[in-house]
Amino acid sequence: MTALPATAPSAVVPSGPRPKRVAASRIVLYGILLVAALYYLLPLYVMVTTSLKGLPEIRLGNIFAPPLEVTFEPWVKAWTSACTGLTCKGLSPGFWNSVKITIPSTVLSVLIAAVNGYALVNWRFRGSEFFFTALIFGSFIPYQVMVYPLVLVTASLGIFGTLQAVILIHTIFGMPILTLLFRNYFASLPPELFKAARVDGAGFWRIFFQIMLPMSLPILAVAIILQVTGIWNDFLFGVIFAGTQNYPMTVQLNNIVNSTQGVREYNVNMAATILTGLVPLAVYFVSGRLFVRGIAAGAVKG
Amino acid sequence: MAETSIDAAAAPPPSRFLYNLFRRNLSAKVAATPMVATVLVVFVGCTLWTVYYSFTNSRALPTGDFVGFAQYERLFAARRWNVSVRNLLLFGVLSLVLSMTIGFLLAVLMDQKIRLENTLRTIFLYPFALSAIVTGLVWQWIMNPTLGLQTTLRNLGWESFTFDWITNTDMVIYALVIADLWHKTGFVTVLMLAGLRSIDDEIWKAARVDGIPTWRTYLSIVLPMMRGVIITTLVIVGSAIVRLYDLVVALTDGGPGIASEVPAKYVINYMFSGGNLGQALAGSTIMLAAVLVFLIPWAIIEFRPKKER
Amino acid sequence: MASVSIRDLAVRFGAVTVLQKLRLDIAEGEFIVLLGPSGCGKSTLLNAVAGLLDVSEGQVWIGGKNVTWEEPKDRGIGMVFQSYALYPSMSVRKNLSFGLRVAGLPKAEVEHRVARAAKILQIEPLLDRRPSQLSGGQRQRVAIGRALVRDVDVFLFDEPLSNLDAKLRTELRVEIKRLHQELGSTMIYVTHDQIEALTLADRVAVMSGGLIQQLATPKEIYRRPVNRFVAGFVGSPSMNFVEGRLSTTGGGVALEVGEGARVPLDGYVFATPPQDGRPATLGVRPEQLTLAAVEGGSRLPVVFNLVESMGADSLAWGRIAGALASMRVEPEEEVPTGRPVEIFFHPEHASLFDAKTGERL
Repeated sequence: MTALPATAPSAVVPSGPRPKRVAASRIVLYGILLVAALYYLLPLYVMVTTSLKGLPEIRLGNIFAPPLEVTFEPWVKAWTSACTGLTCKGLSPGFWNSVKITIPSTVLSVLIAAVNGYALVNWRFRGSEFFFTALIFGSFIPYQVMVYPLVLVTASLGIFGTLQAVILIHTIFGMPILTLLFRNYFASLPPELFKAARVDGAGFWRIFFQIMLPMSLPILAVAIILQVTGIWNDFLFGVIFAGTQNYPMTVQLNNIVNSTQGVREYNVNMAATILTGLVPLAVYFVSGRLFVRGIAAGAVKG
Repeated sequence: MAETSIDAAAAPPPSRFLYNLFRRNLSAKVAATPMVATVLVVFVGCTLWTVYYSFTNSRALPTGDFVGFAQYERLFAARRWNVSVRNLLLFGVLSLVLSMTIGFLLAVLMDQKIRLENTLRTIFLYPFALSAIVTGLVWQWIMNPTLGLQTTLRNLGWESFTFDWITNTDMVIYALVIADLWHKTGFVTVLMLAGLRSIDDEIWKAARVDGIPTWRTYLSIVLPMMRGVIITTLVIVGSAIVRLYDLVVALTDGGPGIASEVPAKYVINYMFSGGNLGQALAGSTIMLAAVLVFLIPWAIIEFRPKKER
Repeated sequence: MASVSIRDLAVRFGAVTVLQKLRLDIAEGEFIVLLGPSGCGKSTLLNAVAGLLDVSEGQVWIGGKNVTWEEPKDRGIGMVFQSYALYPSMSVRKNLSFGLRVAGLPKAEVEHRVARAAKILQIEPLLDRRPSQLSGGQRQRVAIGRALVRDVDVFLFDEPLSNLDAKLRTELRVEIKRLHQELGSTMIYVTHDQIEALTLADRVAVMSGGLIQQLATPKEIYRRPVNRFVAGFVGSPSMNFVEGRLSTTGGGVALEVGEGARVPLDGYVFATPPQDGRPATLGVRPEQLTLAAVEGGSRLPVVFNLVESMGADSLAWGRIAGALASMRVEPEEEVPTGRPVEIFFHPEHASLFDAKTGERL
């Protein structure tokens, strides 16, 4: 401060007394945020440390203590040999089932929703707005209301208890939010673009694939993130529609942890829990802003 | 001119009308079939099916024996259903009020041009990326009375510390609230923050020029301006509460006893293992009615101002 | 080259009527400008000609063929949009050739046409760039090029210059005029900018309320507006209006303004015989007013209160019989302000409207 040339006092004086007061309230502000952050981080910390401890160490009864002796055995067991009630093959079959469910469901639901959004914005037909509104309202109906008739529908299609059934169900219930997302996105594009393409003689599908899709990469990413995490985390549809052989990871995880037979292996349980959360967490940390944009875009304007 | 002579014949012939009705935008109509089918078959068809069969005597399989409101009478007489409804009401009020309040306050704190905003947001939001099953299992372990937080603090010297909520019939519902808040408050915070950021900077400048204190600006100017975001968040959080299922299955599985049962679980249990479909369908119809209580006022608020404009 | 004929065209969106039974015949090679305030229906009319919306009634004919129900691509039209509407994911070359490729033209032909259009518009160096790498003026050239390559008979322009700054706007305006002279194509051009309309058009259609108010050459529109709307809309600053009452008594026709002031209208050519006592509005453009007395001119009482310098000339603002009025004067001219003076005009250059219907008298 003293080094400042005397010609610039006016620039220094007004900012004199304020910083101190600001600093005091800033400490309180950061204090509260720090406490909140700790509350959010604590379970993650407990999960990780527990999964790296041996059972005897866990029985010492301090969930906050870092592991004295780090062991990866619970992780190996969770992946390969933990018992889900019926079999003892660990979580790996569930992982692969979840992959087999998530990828086709995501591709299918995103594609259909993109076409929906495009048709709703650029190719309105009689009743299109009505169906869109009905779709959005339908997304609020509790799944429990529609689940049993859907069991009957999938059974009559001969796919109940298969991967196809879960994929169909995810495609159906992903449609409202994704359609909304794409509709809002396409509506934000200049309508002249579509008109120009029509004057150029391009039809429905050509405009979609050559003009619209190349322009929707950001929203495609948002939709994919939304679907991958949503479908991976699903429990209800997996347990009802997939059939025992195809249980997704969440269902198998719950079976491992909440199966009541034998000794409870908390370290294995926590390792299994982290393993199940790993895919959505990875998606979340890698995509960051897009994830936030996805949930905000879906919610802020309906 | 030659044109004029065929002028009369140039009105669109009837086939043109048919063409417009069916063939025009045909691709769009074909492309929209999945949407139309979803609305008609699933949202309308399946819902009506459920409502209809909730008035029948269906047991393991749906039957057409009409019994009027008998299923509903049994439902409201059932202790497990009543416990479920009471639990959901308590859970719902707490979860809604706390997540909205804490979410908004955290958003306001994060709106103070703080450092590490992105890091903090990442921390607050990561639980939302996890499944409710994962959430339930983590908190089940932390709240484990024999080896979890309770024992840890007692071993550290706080002998009288008691935290046995997940095994305590009276407290178990609060355990659910704690896990649930951890899971979704970050989501509310992010939405509220987006709402705060959407408010024009000049509003803040005007309020400062007028000498209105910051807290007052938030309360009297910003909060009313965020009406849209708040209502939408309320609707999303509210309809998610009615569906509450996964978290309960993972954290307590309805226990101890039936102390943490919820309607969604009641419905699924009776539907697939209780062999009492009629009860399940009646229960889910009540859930539908509960959602409509949220949805209809929202729809009225959302769609009315658009007409005025 | 093709003529365009719009016959009793009506467009309605639900209960809202945007175009009301509109008729317009455009000759081959003619440059027509649709001019009007926003919401007058001019863009709707253009979109209807392009086939981008469903008309409720009436027909569109292009080149002697009823195209009312044809797809846009089959109408022989090219269109240039205000927002350029270049496909962002394609290079300039791909943008230009997209329509030709859709139509399945042979590769050599596509290349030939793109090269020719690029040459005419001087955008050859830009062919491999993306639209995002171009300036606004360059983008609009590419957009014009996209219409050009299609070898169309009719060009449709939807406010093509509105997004450009003033300097570029003038440049491209000249370019479009040159293009019209070179190609000789029929052009329909929508704008709300009267300078564009008056400089470009062979004929201007002034629109309001979904109807064409006047269809005439720019000169005619400016000098003999058919109603008060056209008179007020075209010209900047706006035409001055003085309310009064016609008087045929006392030798010759005159307008009685305020308390007994008589403004003689000798030399004005009436479209309908003047009726005594009829409420009427006199319209005089700012440059038709002079401070100095003119031979055979009429006088108007005015109080000036402000002089704006515009560079090349100045505008004197004041009130005539209570209504705001302006007069164009030379920059060095002294304008007396703050006191009543008289200014002069030739009634034969002025306009007279029925005060009730707004129609020219």
